[in-house]
Amino acid sequence: MADATAQIAATGTERLTTADGRPLKTALARAQARARRRAFLLVLPLLLFIVVTFIVPIGQMLHRSIHNDGFAANMPQLTQWFAETEPGTEPDETAYAALAADLKAAAEAKTIGVVGTRVNYEMAGTRSLFTSTGRKARKFEPPYRAAILEADEKWANPDLWGTMRQVSRAYSPNFFLAAVDLARDNEGNIVRAPAERRVYVMLFERTFVIAGLITFLCLLLGYPVAHLLATLPLRTSNLLMILVLLPFWTSLLVRTTSWIVLLQGQGVVNNTLVATGLISDSSRIQMIYNQAGTIIAMTHILLPFMILPLYSVMRPIPPSYVRAARSLGASSWTAFRRVYLPQTLPGIGAGALLVFILGVGYYITPALVGGASGQLISNLIAFHMQDSLNWSLAAALAAVLLGAVLILYWLYDRLVGIDNLKLG
Amino acid sequence: MKKALVLSTALSAVAFAASAEQITVMSWGGAYTTSQVEAFHKPFTAETGIGVVSVDADNPATPLKAMVEAKNVSVDVVDVNTSDAVRLCDEGQLEEIDPAILPAAPDGTPATEDFLPGALSDCAVGNIVYSMIVAYDDSKFPNEKPKTIADFFDTETFPGKRAMWKSAKTTLEMALMGDGVPAAEVYDVMGTPEGVDRAFAKLDAIKGDLIWWEAGAQPVQLLADGEVAMTTAYNGRIFAAAVSENKPFVPIWDGQVYEYDLFVIPKGAPNLEAAKKFVAFATGTQPLADQAKWISYGPARKSSAPLVGLYQDGKTEMGPHMPTAEANLTNALPSSYEFWVDHDTELEERFNAWLASN
Repeated sequence: MADATAQIAATGTERLTTADGRPLKTALARAQARARRRAFLLVLPLLLFIVVTFIVPIGQMLHRSIHNDGFAANMPQLTQWFAETEPGTEPDETAYAALAADLKAAAEAKTIGVVGTRVNYEMAGTRSLFTSTGRKARKFEPPYRAAILEADEKWANPDLWGTMRQVSRAYSPNFFLAAVDLARDNEGNIVRAPAERRVYVMLFERTFVIAGLITFLCLLLGYPVAHLLATLPLRTSNLLMILVLLPFWTSLLVRTTSWIVLLQGQGVVNNTLVATGLISDSSRIQMIYNQAGTIIAMTHILLPFMILPLYSVMRPIPPSYVRAARSLGASSWTAFRRVYLPQTLPGIGAGALLVFILGVGYYITPALVGGASGQLISNLIAFHMQDSLNWSLAAALAAVLLGAVLILYWLYDRLVGIDNLKLG
Repeated sequence: MKKALVLSTALSAVAFAASAEQITVMSWGGAYTTSQVEAFHKPFTAETGIGVVSVDADNPATPLKAMVEAKNVSVDVVDVNTSDAVRLCDEGQLEEIDPAILPAAPDGTPATEDFLPGALSDCAVGNIVYSMIVAYDDSKFPNEKPKTIADFFDTETFPGKRAMWKSAKTTLEMALMGDGVPAAEVYDVMGTPEGVDRAFAKLDAIKGDLIWWEAGAQPVQLLADGEVAMTTAYNGRIFAAAVSENKPFVPIWDGQVYEYDLFVIPKGAPNLEAAKKFVAFATGTQPLADQAKWISYGPARKSSAPLVGLYQDGKTEMGPHMPTAEANLTNALPSSYEFWVDHDTELEERFNAWLASN
């Protein structure tokens, strides 16, 4: 050791080496790289898991929201004609020949339904036009324009050609437009959807308002409970904690259906009110299958997500702070507001964020107890996934929802600070 | 949560199916799956030695589409309704089924002529006729009983809440029939914008009294709880509650909307040959007639109708409870898949907008 020091001192600018003569810097870098590799290998399974189960499917879904090649992939010749001509060009014999060839090929490959479905999303009533003309396509002879119009004169409709031109582009923002109640007219201008079909903007608003209201109710109900749990002796509070956790561990469906039993017209609550004479038998209160049902059931279901982070933040706050404030002359309200509340902010933030984000995405509970007025945007996303099978629109709606939540998250970070968050 | 359960059942079924010669059949669950297991699966295994694994989904067409698109098909035979069968077939997601593989009727009539009109298509073979009907709780109407579809919409003469399926399909048809449109003209009227407005106006009139159900078991529960006095429901569910559980539920056949359920084989089914064998076996005259012993849905073959006997309780004659019974067809509407494949996007969207606005 003394030798080494002496050597450094003696040579000054000479490079440092390890005992076996390698430069110290390289050896250190190599050792660190090995440690990093090992650490990376340790997290690799988790990383792969997240990529495979989370990032890839979500990425695919988001891709679907702007990409739908149902038309372009199955009608190649017509798609090419659209690409080569200006918007608004009258379809000529070349266009009809391309249409006839594509219809024939698509009918044989059994993809004509995909094409029809894609066009039908934008223009109702056209799906069967494609499938029925496709069945006759085998027999088409030139001149194709006359042959196709004879098969069905709806092909002359300029709106149809405008729509086909739009959907011939595999990448288009049309599903996002539909997700915010907009549409394109034949000239390609963006216009509002017809009044009787506007639904999504209103549902987005309703979803955020209801989720906000539920978050507020959870905070109002959860804060005193968490405070009680945090200040009681551990033995008692653990016992009470079970009462909070028990519903948390119970199946979501069970809890939701229990609310149906309690709240329905002939349910426990109404029967009690009628029996005690508070309301008459004919004026039973409608508490379920409407917005009230959604709010009540979801508040109950999401309550533990508020109480648990609050509790974990409140537990370590020493009671002496509030006592000190009181002994220095603060009223109990001032002591709470200026001393206790600020210390619980990280818990409030975490609980509120959790409840709100879970709330905007909830769908089973509103589907079961929401009736018509208690439906949220997630119910329509589920509808397009499962019933209408319009996955592109479902993806666009989900992407808008995801974007809105990310913006709120960013706002929260700017206003409160994401570091100021404690999940337990 | 339920989906996850269905999926995990399906997955475990797949793991199972790989080990021996057996096929996986996906259906709708409940008493309906039971009827298929009893009438089709068990006799099929007894005859051919091929095992049948049964899995359920809320609407089997949805997982089918997902599987075919992901090119990871784990089921061999799927039970879907007409509009889904036609649509999936047009989109190339189903195997074609040659009607020549289907057995002829006992009297020798070929299968193509034995099935009811519309029950056979390029990719699908019908098994049952099911129907959406109105049913009421008899105890809620002690004096005058509702008799027609119009009475469903008449909340003054027949007070009480109503429940309907949360879907434009069947709801709009019933609204028009309730407004006095004869069954034969419903789709002509609904094809016009004024007709659609008329249907929504009819629904508007009772909107405050309406509750919406989504799963087939819900309307029966709503009636049993006294939550509604009248509801639309699948006829088999009402029959099961009335006969097996002695509930005072009465069906109104006037204005019923009936449709087929069909067997299809997804493209890329792992056991294609066995699947075809199963479809041919299950849609034979006798198995279709046997199914009626377990549920009140009508067989899709003409030759099965005379063989329909008693319910499993051994005393209820099934004939009059079938949607296809002569007396039940006086004002009945066959659901038009041609109409719905063209208009479902438009009308479901409008229906959702109408529902969501108060």
